[in-house]
Amino acid sequence: MSNHHIALAVNGKPVEADVESRLLLVHFLREQLNLTGTHIGCDTGHCGACTVDMNDMSIKSCMCFAVQADGAQITTIEGIAHADGTLSAVQEGFRLMHGLQCGYCTPGMILRAARLLMENPDPTEEEIRQGVSGNLCRCTGYMNIVKAIQYAAAKLHETPLVEAAQ
Amino acid sequence: MSVQTVESERAARAEKLEGLGCKRKRVEDIRFTQGRGNYVDDLKLPAMVFGDFVRSPHAHARILRIDASRAKALPGVLAVLTAADLKPLGLHYMPTLAGDVQAVLAEDKVLFQNQEVAFVIAEDRYVAADAAELVEVDYEPLACIVDPFKSLDPDAPVLREDIKDKMEAAHGPRKHPNHIFEWSVGDKQATDEAFEKAEVTIKELIVDHRTHPAPLETCQCVASMDKIKGELTLWGTFQAPHVIRTVVSLISGLPEHKIHVIAPDIGGGFGNKVGAYSGYVCSVVGSIVLGRPVKWVEDRMENLSTTSFARDYHMTTELAATGDGRLTAMRVHVIADHGAFDACAAPTKFPAGFFNICTGSYDIPTAFCSVDGVYTNKATGGVAYRCSFRVTEAAFAIERAMDVLAQKLAMDPVELRMKNFIRPEQFPYQSALGWEYDSGDYHTAMRKAAAAVGYEKLRAEQKEKRDAFLRGETREIMGIGVSFFTEIVGAGPSKNCDILGIAMFDSAEIRVHPTGAVIARMGTKSQGQGHETTYAQIIATELGIPADNIMIEEGDTDTAPYGLGTYGSRSTPTAGAATAVAARKIRQKAQMIAAHMLEVHEGDLEWDIDRFRVKGLPEKFKTMKDIAWAAYHDLPPNMEPGLEAVNYYDPPNMTFPFGAYICVMDIDVDTGVAKVRRFYALDDCGTRINPMIIEGQIHGGLTEAFACAMGQEIRYDEHGNVLGASFMDFFLPTAVETPVWETDYTVTPSPHHPIGAKGVGESPHVGGAPCFSNAVNDAYAFLNAGHIQMPHDAWRLWQVGERLGLHH
Repeated sequence: MSNHHIALAVNGKPVEADVESRLLLVHFLREQLNLTGTHIGCDTGHCGACTVDMNDMSIKSCMCFAVQADGAQITTIEGIAHADGTLSAVQEGFRLMHGLQCGYCTPGMILRAARLLMENPDPTEEEIRQGVSGNLCRCTGYMNIVKAIQYAAAKLHETPLVEAAQ
Repeated sequence: MSVQTVESERAARAEKLEGLGCKRKRVEDIRFTQGRGNYVDDLKLPAMVFGDFVRSPHAHARILRIDASRAKALPGVLAVLTAADLKPLGLHYMPTLAGDVQAVLAEDKVLFQNQEVAFVIAEDRYVAADAAELVEVDYEPLACIVDPFKSLDPDAPVLREDIKDKMEAAHGPRKHPNHIFEWSVGDKQATDEAFEKAEVTIKELIVDHRTHPAPLETCQCVASMDKIKGELTLWGTFQAPHVIRTVVSLISGLPEHKIHVIAPDIGGGFGNKVGAYSGYVCSVVGSIVLGRPVKWVEDRMENLSTTSFARDYHMTTELAATGDGRLTAMRVHVIADHGAFDACAAPTKFPAGFFNICTGSYDIPTAFCSVDGVYTNKATGGVAYRCSFRVTEAAFAIERAMDVLAQKLAMDPVELRMKNFIRPEQFPYQSALGWEYDSGDYHTAMRKAAAAVGYEKLRAEQKEKRDAFLRGETREIMGIGVSFFTEIVGAGPSKNCDILGIAMFDSAEIRVHPTGAVIARMGTKSQGQGHETTYAQIIATELGIPADNIMIEEGDTDTAPYGLGTYGSRSTPTAGAATAVAARKIRQKAQMIAAHMLEVHEGDLEWDIDRFRVKGLPEKFKTMKDIAWAAYHDLPPNMEPGLEAVNYYDPPNMTFPFGAYICVMDIDVDTGVAKVRRFYALDDCGTRINPMIIEGQIHGGLTEAFACAMGQEIRYDEHGNVLGASFMDFFLPTAVETPVWETDYTVTPSPHHPIGAKGVGESPHVGGAPCFSNAVNDAYAFLNAGHIQMPHDAWRLWQVGERLGLHH
């Protein structure tokens, strides 16, 4: 297997590594960078547990090779809280609205929700449901996830939007 | 102080505790929302290696040759295990929870597609996957059995050659080499007589199809053998870690105290993570052989096609009634498809679980049920997918049958149910099939549900829509689904419930530290239910210590007291009870200490939220915090220092949660697309510990019921090829398809549980599936569709339209 040198920014920090061509981004994040908050649920791109933010888009990191992330800006769940360590609006919304149970889909769901609110700061319930439809949750039945995102949307209207994802 | 001030001061103190009844935010979420959960695959140990399986492409085939030489030659490959390697250790088969054995790695034959044939261990998970491809296996395909009704045919191929001569098995005699057990309960003769005399009878084959719990995190483990110390540490996705430790000890011969089983955070279980799987055994063996930690992580295809399917119950259900709709008897015969090995997870004496709860919520004077378990060339399991053992199946049989009967009698399904409910004064109620229902008020629940949805108005609207459909004015039909379920959870009393001989108690150990902070450990294991939050609430109320000062720990078998784990909604009925009892032991000791501190007699003290006070002198008191400190330095003479207690709780009975659900559905007969317009769920789980968590559990359970009823299925073709073992084909609803849930409740405490709680996590699944199916069936009823089997995806409902000639 040939190796490739990649350089990227993960959660605002520069990272350089030599990776195999076939190494999936999710394994690179989890096993080489020890960012284990990003999870693997299905291996086929359906469940969204591995969702991260790459170059201002939600991507499923099990559907992306690490080499494709060369030069990219990536945000994972570990990089989404405020700089002072307090929870971002989306994280807070999930906790306050009971938007999670086992916690396994949660990092991907939060990353997707944060990006959704940047794409559409004032979504309807329908738009939220469509917006997170690439992320499966087996525990909550989504109602409280919708409420969590609505909470975050309301909160973000009072605070600068950039805080949600950076 | 005025009475009012005193009361508000007390209320403020109680509120600060965040105890029973508080919508306390979850402790777990602090780490989960920040990606700081600790799941099995997050573990990274020095020198850790990875295992991966070589699996059978055939459903039934003889293994002619296994050649692992090319795999072993691949750089990075450390070992390839086959049955031949495990056999000298006696580990090529493992015992199942159901009294059968299951091949860890196939020896002579494979019996289902994707069965484990070899285990490859390599330095890296990518290399392990490469090497698995390089293992060459020659097979001779054999005729297979997919249809369970053909398993017992005289000329059926014999599947289990390893036990073909063993005609007396764990659950009695077998009547065919492909037969597993026959289990029957009830009075057959009286039931047959009641049917002969009955004015009205119905009989329907009601199928609860094969599906899978599919938690978002698959099954996985890391085994690490320390050869110097002779100790094995096994981390895994275990819903029942202590049972796993005992099983590992029994099958490996390692002493149990040298086995450390740890279940860290678990990404959902729903029954999938109760059993013991080949991956665990092979990882342990691999670690013993190599002296290095071995990690095994299922991929999704492996998960859906090998570890623990659910259901596959084919239930011929009969009801007998009087002409005016009073039930007189029930008779059920089940063909239970258990797949290639009987790895059904249920208490040992219950090969068909608690299926004999199938008389449901009704006062049926006599009943008989029998279940024949059979082998087929399909994956093993038969786990309780978000339900107590076979209770979803039982509830589905009775609730669907009640609607079939209502239709035959031209009675409203609510009216038929109301007429036959067990009446409040009949509790504790002895059912015809042997259970003692603890408490219930079914009529109130049903009335409340009907009123909440405006049931009569809905029926009037439905009539109008039916008329309009028949006039050709609309292509949409409307269904109103009703279900009223009674669950049986909290297994269970040692008199009838054990797993491999271990009584199904559960436990709690509580330690109060000198500063009044608490650590408590239980024998259960949360997989998302929020135990760290709710157990603390029970202790908070019992001990008057704020829940935030109480840490709950589960899953480490070295530190937690022995327990049977979390499934079948048993945590609250068993470990929740143990928690309350242990806390009460502590409070008793605290009262003696307080009496000593206040220099009064114990009997002169009364408990007041967070303190003992002197009766009549409320200003003289000691808080639990004061008492905790004293427990470590100022004790009554001859009293043992410290403030802790342990309780192993053997429940006197199961608990019987119940609920009334109503679903309104609109179906386009031309596309078969069904839309849930409204779903109302009233649950009665007794005392409510945390209403926020209860509501979350109900949302989740209903969503899983919706999935099962409306399309989720593990299907096989006639060659035993599993169809749909990925999330592309296996229906998991997204936020778009999932309906909005309306929840409601009544409270009928369990009389025998220390805090009156019954358990709730699985009720919505049990009650939900029949409700959706009844809605679909109700929609088509006026077109004389007959009983329509689940699942009700658009393709199948379109076919119903075709069959009924609606698409001309």
